[in-house]
Amino acid sequence: MAATGNILFSGVGGQGILLASEVTAYALLSAGYDAKKSEVHGMAQRGGSVTAQLRYGDKVYSPLIEPGRADILISFEMMEAARYLPYLHAKSKVVVNTQQIKPPAVAMGKIPYPADVLDSISSRGITVVSVDAFDIARDAGEVKAANIVMVGAMSAFLPMDVEVYENIITTRIPERFREVNMKAFAAGRKITA
Amino acid sequence: MTDDNSLWMSGNEAIAMGAYEAGVKVASGYPGTPSTEIMENLSKYEGVYTEWAPNEKVGLEVAIGASFAGVRAFATMKHVGVNVAADPLFTASYTGVRGGLVVITADDPEMHSSQNEQDNRNYAYAAKLPMIEPSEPAEAKDLLKDAFELSEKFDTPVLFRITTRVAHVKGVLQKGDMRESAATCGIEKAPAKIVMLPANARARRKVVEERTAKLMEVAEGDAFNRVEEGDRKRGFITGGVSYLYVKEAFPEAAVLKLGMSWPLPEKKIKEFAASVDELFIVEELDPFLEYHIKAMGVECHGKDLIPNQGELNTAIVRSSIDPDSAPELFAPAELPMRPPNMCAGCPHRGVFFNLSRMKDVFVSGDIGCYTLGFLPPLSAMDSCVCMGASVTIAHGMAKALGDEGKGKLVSVIGDSTFIHTGINGLINSVYNDSKTVLVILDNRITAMTGQQNNPASGHNIKGEAANAINIEELCHAVGVKHVEVVNPHDIAECRKALKTALELDEMAVVISRAPCVLLPEMKKAEHRPYNTKTENCAGCMACVKLGCPAISWTNITPEEAVAKGYKEKQKGFAVINEVQCNGCGQCAALCKFEAINREGE
Repeated sequence: MAATGNILFSGVGGQGILLASEVTAYALLSAGYDAKKSEVHGMAQRGGSVTAQLRYGDKVYSPLIEPGRADILISFEMMEAARYLPYLHAKSKVVVNTQQIKPPAVAMGKIPYPADVLDSISSRGITVVSVDAFDIARDAGEVKAANIVMVGAMSAFLPMDVEVYENIITTRIPERFREVNMKAFAAGRKITA
Repeated sequence: MTDDNSLWMSGNEAIAMGAYEAGVKVASGYPGTPSTEIMENLSKYEGVYTEWAPNEKVGLEVAIGASFAGVRAFATMKHVGVNVAADPLFTASYTGVRGGLVVITADDPEMHSSQNEQDNRNYAYAAKLPMIEPSEPAEAKDLLKDAFELSEKFDTPVLFRITTRVAHVKGVLQKGDMRESAATCGIEKAPAKIVMLPANARARRKVVEERTAKLMEVAEGDAFNRVEEGDRKRGFITGGVSYLYVKEAFPEAAVLKLGMSWPLPEKKIKEFAASVDELFIVEELDPFLEYHIKAMGVECHGKDLIPNQGELNTAIVRSSIDPDSAPELFAPAELPMRPPNMCAGCPHRGVFFNLSRMKDVFVSGDIGCYTLGFLPPLSAMDSCVCMGASVTIAHGMAKALGDEGKGKLVSVIGDSTFIHTGINGLINSVYNDSKTVLVILDNRITAMTGQQNNPASGHNIKGEAANAINIEELCHAVGVKHVEVVNPHDIAECRKALKTALELDEMAVVISRAPCVLLPEMKKAEHRPYNTKTENCAGCMACVKLGCPAISWTNITPEEAVAKGYKEKQKGFAVINEVQCNGCGQCAALCKFEAINREGE
């Protein structure tokens, strides 16, 4: 493939974004792509907006996605998807966990959580897939696997087969969490595939 | 493309592996974003001694000592840490090394987790030291090994500069060969070289100049600085992460990539400049390369086009040079901000809640998670400059204000920051008769950078048992008479302790002691969250004013209030998210309506 593919992960510190981006990165690497991923550490992790930026292709130079060039946005919190609108283009695919985490001003009752926040994306003609990752993960047996549900839902937009991800989950995730993550991945995948 | 031998590592993991492969024997550092994971990862390799030092000056001096003993030595710190370590750094430039000595400066353009975005390439110029700058993880590992060899060959400490987008970027790399120091470990006396009194230092000063001349010859070669062929209409000189942005923005252009940002290869630069129609210098932050290249008499574009603040990226580089290339973007949605916040159950919150009620008090803050006490609703921090500056700034204000400042000056510092550079300030405050209050937020860990042990934790970098400083005894030893330890989760006790200390006519210390909720033992502890009896909630918002992320407020109309059995004028009610609640009980102590409790109590 000639161009570099760009996947933007967004959410709130503590939602398991790093693990989700790692599983995706390992899947891309085992399919033979070069990749780079940029993460945010330190102060922003304390409950603030966080992103991980993952780029893949024959040869990747920059670790940062340019505005307007994210091919996939996978957001672990609903409002956080809309925050990265300037990174999207008309053909971007957006996968959103419908979980809402109230930012401080909303939690204090000063302003409401923005209503119909995903409309700001879909009204631009961009494909938005909403995923109730929390409930799906609970059905799979572990709410903490919501991040892998999201990876499953996103996987349909990437060129690798399901086996590649299953192999990564088998080799990279501790044994006691493996089965539940396999189920979580499959349940997520079913939404989009 | 990747294969089965490929490793996937962050720049910091790659640098740790590079230090191991380079044969480093002693490494010391102080945690600081974006440098922290280097030492954390290096501590997992066999055969390398690693430690957390109380501050960067100590860490660098430990590394200098190891180098004097003839082993490869390594010091890691963030950019502002180099300010702390600058004293030994500038003179180590004169002494040179025995075992190779490399100093990491992890700069933070854009200030993702820092108080300034100083460009530490200036230190290389000022301290007359070579500086190596990788662009990505794989190169960081290789160049680090070369840096140790450069250090020994030219008898010089080497500065190794990374930025956030090298440190915290993951990339593909391969394992490398193991190298060894050319020095032999042992005591070797070389007073003329390493006893830096004036007569010796004057002699070494000349050596430093000769060394720089030799390093310039190295810079002229291809080991660190290479020309990448391409279209010569536009030529680019760049280094560090900016190189990657240039390669994407102008893939066809000729590039002189500088892996060594100091000293510069004048001949090579002039030759390259002469071979291109138009020369662009692309660098983040200061016009460091640009100024030195212009001083060579070379015409070029630089900061006339490229921003001198914040991070660059491919889009900025492209549109700075070709303004018409900027793509049309979707306008941002208007959304509430989501700044970071102290965790649910954070012990610091109890202190800042109380300080937020004392409107006359000026809170002199410091660097750590607790700097978030600045944010609303607590808004209980009035200054924050650098590590250790809380206690000293309060003292300076007290001396300026005289009687007007009495009972109004509080400084707040974490345990790790207190040990870093707060102790000296406290000594000064006692010695020079400050009448301020120092609150030491002792959560037993260096929390902001990701829970690193420190000299008060009782554990070393590997988690092994170590001496734990007794902070109250230390305060007594430097002359503080009033030292009170409080549990910050007990809001009333905490308020009383602060009031008592503020009323004294002497330097007083309050130690707020409770463990960080992110400590592994706290995470493993039984989860006993509080819950809300919403029927009892009177809508007073006392709990909401703590700013705890586990507590949220729901507005209601008078009709809804009546329907819920509340008084008509009640504006809303608070609810605790039991998944997020860490059971600290601060909110329960504030609730006068028995609306917050937990099972079994």
